[in-house]
Amino acid sequence: MVYVIIKELSPSADEVIIVTSSLMKDMTSKTDMYRANAIRVLCQITDGTLLTQIERYLKQAIVDKNPVVASAALVSGIHLLQTNPEIVKRWSNEVQEAVQSRAALVQFHALALLHQIRQNDRLAVNKLVSSLTRGSVRSPLAQCLLIRYTSQVIRESASNTQTGDRPFYDFLEGCLRHKAEMVIFEAARAITELNGVTSRELTPAITVLQLFLSSTKPVLRFAAVRTLNKVAMTHPIAVTNCNIDMESLISDQNRSIATLAITTLLKTGNESSVDRLMKQITTFMSDIADEFKIVVIEAIRSLCLKFPLKHRSLMNFLSNILREEGGFEYKKAIVDSIVILIRDIPEAKESGLLHLCEFIEDCEFTYLSTQILHFLGIEGPKTSDPSKYIRYIYNRVHLENATVRAGAVSTLAKFGAMVDSLKPRIFVLLRRCLFDTDDEVRDRATLYLNTLGADGAVEDMKEFLFGSLDIPLVNLERSLKNYEPSEESFDINSVPKEVKIQPLAEKKAPGKKPTGLGGPPPSPPSTIDAYEKLLSSIPEFANFGKLFKSSAPVELTEAETEYAVNVVKHIFDGHVVFQYNCTNTIPEQLLENVTVIVDASEAEEFAEVASKPLRSLPYDSPGQTFVAFEKPEGVPAVGKFSNMLRFIVKEVDPSTGEAEDDGVEDEYQLEELEVVAADYMLKVGVSNFRNAWESMVPDCERVDEYDLGPRENLAEAVNAVINLLGMQPCEGTEVVPSNSRSHTCLLSGVYIGNVKVLVRLQFGIDGPKDVAMKLAVRSEDEAVSDAIHEIVASG
Amino acid sequence: ESCPSIKNILLLDSEGNRVAVKYYSDEWPNNSVKEAFEKSLFTKTQKTNARTEAEIAMFESHIIVYKFVQDLHFFVTGAENENELILVTVLQGFFDAVGLLLRGTVDKKEALENLDLILLCLDEIVDGGIILETDANVIAGKVASHSIDAAAALSEQTISQALATAREHLARSLLK
Repeated sequence: MVYVIIKELSPSADEVIIVTSSLMKDMTSKTDMYRANAIRVLCQITDGTLLTQIERYLKQAIVDKNPVVASAALVSGIHLLQTNPEIVKRWSNEVQEAVQSRAALVQFHALALLHQIRQNDRLAVNKLVSSLTRGSVRSPLAQCLLIRYTSQVIRESASNTQTGDRPFYDFLEGCLRHKAEMVIFEAARAITELNGVTSRELTPAITVLQLFLSSTKPVLRFAAVRTLNKVAMTHPIAVTNCNIDMESLISDQNRSIATLAITTLLKTGNESSVDRLMKQITTFMSDIADEFKIVVIEAIRSLCLKFPLKHRSLMNFLSNILREEGGFEYKKAIVDSIVILIRDIPEAKESGLLHLCEFIEDCEFTYLSTQILHFLGIEGPKTSDPSKYIRYIYNRVHLENATVRAGAVSTLAKFGAMVDSLKPRIFVLLRRCLFDTDDEVRDRATLYLNTLGADGAVEDMKEFLFGSLDIPLVNLERSLKNYEPSEESFDINSVPKEVKIQPLAEKKAPGKKPTGLGGPPPSPPSTIDAYEKLLSSIPEFANFGKLFKSSAPVELTEAETEYAVNVVKHIFDGHVVFQYNCTNTIPEQLLENVTVIVDASEAEEFAEVASKPLRSLPYDSPGQTFVAFEKPEGVPAVGKFSNMLRFIVKEVDPSTGEAEDDGVEDEYQLEELEVVAADYMLKVGVSNFRNAWESMVPDCERVDEYDLGPRENLAEAVNAVINLLGMQPCEGTEVVPSNSRSHTCLLSGVYIGNVKVLVRLQFGIDGPKDVAMKLAVRSEDEAVSDAIHEIVASG
Repeated sequence: ESCPSIKNILLLDSEGNRVAVKYYSDEWPNNSVKEAFEKSLFTKTQKTNARTEAEIAMFESHIIVYKFVQDLHFFVTGAENENELILVTVLQGFFDAVGLLLRGTVDKKEALENLDLILLCLDEIVDGGIILETDANVIAGKVASHSIDAAAALSEQTISQALATAREHLARSLLK
């Protein structure tokens, strides 16, 4: 008992020397229980120095005959591994011996400790697993551990999946027939979680799980249904055999099991079973809590998108549950689902919109009402008979609170603007709104009446009233704050349209759910589409044409410098744009008017055309500045550019965050950057090189031999040429087996001008280290083939 | 971490108050958080019937297995992706061991009177989250052997007596 108390109090080792010394005495006492407990206590309160003193006893304890003592030492080892790993690693030999122990749990603990010690060494783990799968494992817990480690090994050797069965799959399958249920389940779960598992491999696991579904123990049913639910997401067909058992689970006492069963059935159901499912779900929904209901709604949504023909019954179901009691999140989920269905299934539009109208008649959530009204405004006018919806919308103007009334007025105006035939009636309704008690409602009504009622440019009016604002609100707010009232009125065109690219850490990953009423979240710009958008939003570069390629960022400064700059090279047909991404790492400085002065004296074919400075670069917020060059069109010009960062630096008071008014001009030297031939080549792979090669006309083929001179080894030479050309290696030919004397490498790519190029390289080692290479190029244009040879010849 | 680990073991009474609890994870940093967890867990599972078979639920992204007997509620908590059957084995081991130690009468009064046995039992099942033993007989045996042996067993004495004994031992070893 005292041991337990000492552990609870957990004093540090130097405080209680007496306790520790008496514990150490206990470690060598004759009674095993004391030894075991003393070990556990000591290891919890010990520190490094004390540990080295008792290490000898611990090592002895690990291989002690008494299993309680051994387990105690091993478990303490697992805990100590977090704080003193080097010491524990010295015990590997003893732990290895303990793995062979006859006592069941000692083997379990020893296995756990040994795996943790050897975790980072893949080969050792592999050996451990192989020896144990062949040997005997005595306790179900140890077997479960072994299964987990086996899956880990399978996952890490996942590269070669062409060759028949996976390694160790037979072991996992054998475990499905073990005596202990926990082992059977662990093995079934491991099989379902294998990467790229096939239906053939899944079948035995699913059969076993199906048996669990009808067990009397709720835990087994829960475990099985949860695993099957996960499998149904990727392999719904494999799970359909279990559908009958799962349908009986819908009425299970345990609500979690029932919900999981329903969502699985929704994923695996086919069209005929949908009606039956819907009937059962209706009774079920009233029993479960809101959080479960939302899960079911989302499953129903995916089901409807899968079987669009069933939209009528599913839509009816959704609107029925919308009418019942429920919290905000729940109703929002339902509304989002209906909106998505309306958008994606055109036949469902009319009924869906009507359902939504009926809902807003008595919806208690203002947010939902306004969102639905807005949505009605967009979709309603496009339907065949928009006037149906007017009554619902107009009722909102009378009966609801001010926010909803204002929303309803806007929606009415939209109908009026889009549908000419309704205009006169809309005007009558809007005129009545002029007498509303709320300012916003009256203002809106007046605005719409005047703008829409007037003759003349109706199209512009519509764009003004209802078009979306493509200026980010943040920038607009900032500009308005900076604007001082003066003679000149505020010019909305002066608001910068670019959004500052926020550091990736701030942006959360966009959710996997399709968005309903809200807009899609912005994603961090790092793909070629994002670059295209960015460049085309800058007016100076907008007419450069299509972006051919953007290189990866190249660092122009070393790490830990005051200003971190990297450059992305954008290649167009007749221009090259350098995008410099700058970060200021000095909190006491604010940089303004940041530009890069580029010296292109070593790149004769380039002429500077435009440069876009970065207005302001505060601390820790990256910004971009651009410099554009003109180059002869279609020619893959190369050159070296030296760069200098020029800016005005202002001191910032770190406590207030405000900058001084005047600054000093300063310069900062950056590294050189090169435009090379590889920049003009897009890495595009082909799946069947031989076919592609045959399909290319041989008279555009050029073959030549080169001597690459002495190289470290063949692999290094191969890599050097691949990097020089910038093409994509195909069919895994970039991997050179060690100690080989020759190698053939197949490359493919797309050259500027959209010319497909295929290259076959044959390497051979001559003499001690001389590498010779034969280069065969085939492309759609012989000039390009020549160009490729030029690159290699000069590289 | 692929070693199966337990986050906590709880023994509550029929109103949700603590009888004996042990936490093995840092997710509940202080006592008020722990008590809030216990209360909400109790309310969630109150209405279910977990007397014949162990029941299971997902709660706050943990898996909880639980069993009720008389006026005592046993809970074992694990991570979301833990093997549920392992958790149930631990629960069953704890449950049966307590049954053996309280000699058949498993109710709140007996548990409180033998709280030391219950605490020892908890200590022998899981150490710092790692499962030590799941066989109820072995667990009960280990707990019993703590309390039977009277000859200079540290566990029989109070702390001050234990320290006195320790000082004696130390003195003796120095004199040797």
